[in-house]
Amino acid sequence: MTDVVVREPAGRMSPVRSLTPPLVAFAALIAITVLLAQLFPPLNDWPDGWVVPIRYWVTEAFAWLGEVAKPITRAIAWVLAKPLAFVEAVLYRGVPDWKVQPLPWVAVVAGVAILGHWIAGRRLAWFSGICTAYLAVFGLWPESMQTLSIVLVTVPLAAATGLGLGIWATRSARAERILNSVFDLMQATPHMAYLAPVVVLFGFGQVPAMLATLVFALPPMARCTILGIKTVPSDILEAGRMSGCTPRQLLWKVEIPAAQRTLLLGLNQVVMQTLAMVVIASLVGASGLGQKLLFSLQQLQIGKAVEQGIAITLIAIVLDRLTHAAMNRVPQRHPAGTPWYRRHAHLVTFLAVAAVAILLSRVIPGIGVLPRDMTLSFGAPINDGVRWISKNLFAYVKPVRDTLTIWLLLPIRDFFLWLPWPTFIGTLALIGWYLGGVRLALVPVALMGFIMIAGFWTPLMLTVYLVTCCTILAVLIGVPTGIWASRHPRGARVVNTVCDTLQTFPSFIYLIPVIMLFQTSDLSNVIAMLAYATVPAVRFTYLGMTLVPQATIEAAIASGTTPRQRLWKVEMPIAFPEILLGINQTIMMALAMVAITALIGSRDLGQEIYKALPGADTGRGLIAGIGIAFIGITADRLIGAWAKRRKRELGLV
Amino acid sequence: MKPTAKISCRNLWKIFGPDPEAFLARHNGAPRSEDFRTAGMVGAVCDVSFDVFPGEILIVMGLSGSGKSTLIRAISRLNDPTAGNVLIDGQDLLKASPEELVDLRRHKMGMVFQHFGLLPHRTVLSNVAFPLEVRGSPREERESRAMEMLKLVGLEGRETHFPRELSGGQQQRVGIARSLAVGPDIWFLDEPFSALDPLIRREMQDEFLRLQKMLKKTIVFITHDFEEAVRLSDRIGIMKEGRLVQLATPEEMISRPADDYVRQFTKNAPRDRIVSVGSIASAEVAGSAGDAIPASLKIGEVAARVLASDRPIAVVDSDGQTIGSVSRDRMIAAMFPESRP
Repeated sequence: MTDVVVREPAGRMSPVRSLTPPLVAFAALIAITVLLAQLFPPLNDWPDGWVVPIRYWVTEAFAWLGEVAKPITRAIAWVLAKPLAFVEAVLYRGVPDWKVQPLPWVAVVAGVAILGHWIAGRRLAWFSGICTAYLAVFGLWPESMQTLSIVLVTVPLAAATGLGLGIWATRSARAERILNSVFDLMQATPHMAYLAPVVVLFGFGQVPAMLATLVFALPPMARCTILGIKTVPSDILEAGRMSGCTPRQLLWKVEIPAAQRTLLLGLNQVVMQTLAMVVIASLVGASGLGQKLLFSLQQLQIGKAVEQGIAITLIAIVLDRLTHAAMNRVPQRHPAGTPWYRRHAHLVTFLAVAAVAILLSRVIPGIGVLPRDMTLSFGAPINDGVRWISKNLFAYVKPVRDTLTIWLLLPIRDFFLWLPWPTFIGTLALIGWYLGGVRLALVPVALMGFIMIAGFWTPLMLTVYLVTCCTILAVLIGVPTGIWASRHPRGARVVNTVCDTLQTFPSFIYLIPVIMLFQTSDLSNVIAMLAYATVPAVRFTYLGMTLVPQATIEAAIASGTTPRQRLWKVEMPIAFPEILLGINQTIMMALAMVAITALIGSRDLGQEIYKALPGADTGRGLIAGIGIAFIGITADRLIGAWAKRRKRELGLV
Repeated sequence: MKPTAKISCRNLWKIFGPDPEAFLARHNGAPRSEDFRTAGMVGAVCDVSFDVFPGEILIVMGLSGSGKSTLIRAISRLNDPTAGNVLIDGQDLLKASPEELVDLRRHKMGMVFQHFGLLPHRTVLSNVAFPLEVRGSPREERESRAMEMLKLVGLEGRETHFPRELSGGQQQRVGIARSLAVGPDIWFLDEPFSALDPLIRREMQDEFLRLQKMLKKTIVFITHDFEEAVRLSDRIGIMKEGRLVQLATPEEMISRPADDYVRQFTKNAPRDRIVSVGSIASAEVAGSAGDAIPASLKIGEVAARVLASDRPIAVVDSDGQTIGSVSRDRMIAAMFPESRP
């Protein structure tokens, strides 16, 4: 084995590629297809007569399935309703029949704080406690607890199922392949598209919301399980085997505990996804904060919406911090002979506080349920503020909005609407062929072609238009921000915190300020998407810039480059593949947001999903959702291939 | 009569690549290095045979990629060898069912790993008790046994610590304690001290010898450090490209290296501590028996005397019988073989 294995050098030294032949090919393709479209109009838009009625088939299939599977779905719903009812009773409902009160809000707040202390000490305890208290003080307690109940019941279910699937995938290569491609599709499909089939099978309400959430939150857990188990150091595994573990003991006593950190990362993602989905599931009648926010938005009660939005955000941040800190929690060392109440000091304290609070609430009802007249609200001043903005500021905002719309958005929209479909699909296929051969060329043809044949060409193009606008702006904002952060370590910390915070917000929240400032318009949609989707552009640019080797930069300085030359001639080319991956993520997140912005009006695929909900038009909603996923997958494959190729050429892989 | 071997390894092969059994059959069970290269297969362990006797320390050494780690994993069945036999107390390990294998590991074998392989989420005590836990010993029993083991390796007082709170040397002591917890007869050590600093390594080697003096295990020890091998071993096996090039005592290896490869290894060996006077003595009887040197002494121990003497000094065997003599020239030639005129 000490033989020198002669390998081909990693990046085969390709001669400098001339750009001329591909450019000629693209020009020729565009010219021919556009010309043909002039002569033969069906090439402009896919004619209605050619549409294959896939959506009706899907709708009917689901309707049939809903009918046939009714006993099963009823049974599932019945089983799932039990734990939910229990948690709801504890948190906010109580059991009126037996005159049992729910847990006093004081006890819940204390419980969250104690949990924070157990995980990461005093600071997290204060933070979590205060955030939870906000929910009560601002009179959003029952709604918040409703939302939290669904989260608390769904998270263990999703985590356990994800863990099981992940373990299965580590035991069978074929299972891993299948699960991976299913998860790819699932994660590229927007939240809302999960709702339509669930409505058909399970109807409206809390349990269907839970199910949609469960399915949506599974993949990250399964993925983290696979990753975690696969990266357990071989020494630890072998030590486990040599200790005489049976395969089952090896899994539960060695692999899973050793993968704990990655598994907790998975749990963190499950929690965040669950919360995001529960909010959106208000569209299928899940009551809670999401529903209240939806009503406020629809009635343009911005003040209330802000209060509710902050509540959702605080819940999200607290859950994120708690699960994240759990990942880094170090188990405490107890010297031998520590009494049990010291070992479990946190649990004991909580039980004591809860008992006292329950007893006191009999005497002072305010401890059990905060009375209405003791709650605060800043809804009114905010409403005034919004009114003031629309009266005074909107005069300034409007010209900006209109200029951007007329000079940037509309031309791009008209361009995409004009684009003949053979030109669009052909160009993507040619790019695929150029980057990765025939197989990659077939990806856009198959995926885009499917959506077109299913009759969603115009919404597809409108989606592409919004995403393109969003991506352009995200790159213009995100890449310079990332570069700036990479040069200013203190700025980097600020940028990082902002990015973290932006990513914890459930996507719904972004609609509030956008509506406040820009009212409903295409630009509002783009900006809401932008707020959500710029983060990866910043992050990956920063990462790419910091990955440039110090020696290379020093060599560039020694060669006498100006800072500007260094940026454009040295750092940017090396960071470029990383930036590409960031843009890829930006597109993914913009697509995820497309469905959400449908709530404030649009005509794209997101709107198709939204419109499909009330009528339970499964085919329409599902295919529109898959359409969004397909755009994502196409972009991901093409950009991924490009980035990989550049990395190989730079010798980075 | 030779004692019966505790571990007996016969014509062991471990080949990596697609369908290794067919590859082996195609070459009549004896592919050569060129065959591997043309087929794109890797022969990690090739036709290795050896015995380890009860209480013996066999050290397998070689450069990285020579197949030594694969070999120890093949005889502990952490991987499945392609062909051959491994007999442990006469039982063929390669035919053992998964259940028998688990049972064997729970009672007969212990292993120490280069990067310790400690479970990060368990305390030191619970790490050491782990093999007992998985075989179902009750808590009291396994914890008292684990405490015993921790005392043995000098870690009492650390039992409630977590591995990350210990130094590398201490972590490996935990690894050693764990591997001994079930009271195995056979002890595998895979480069146990390679991840440690030189000074700690030295200390751990002494610790290892101290333990072995008490415990008398049958040991297969892997290292890439020839000095370590010389210090600790009864016999050394040198591996190159999956094959066992030579298996001998350190002294034999220095005085009669099998090929240039082995000679390269032994070149910088501390000859003064390995070569015995008997092996360099000439047959010619000279000098007085009164101040004779016992043949079993290492040359380093008597070098000053021999070099200070103008005349050869007599060498005697363990019965006091003169068997030859050692002269100043012979001593110089033995200690500095390169400087021969």
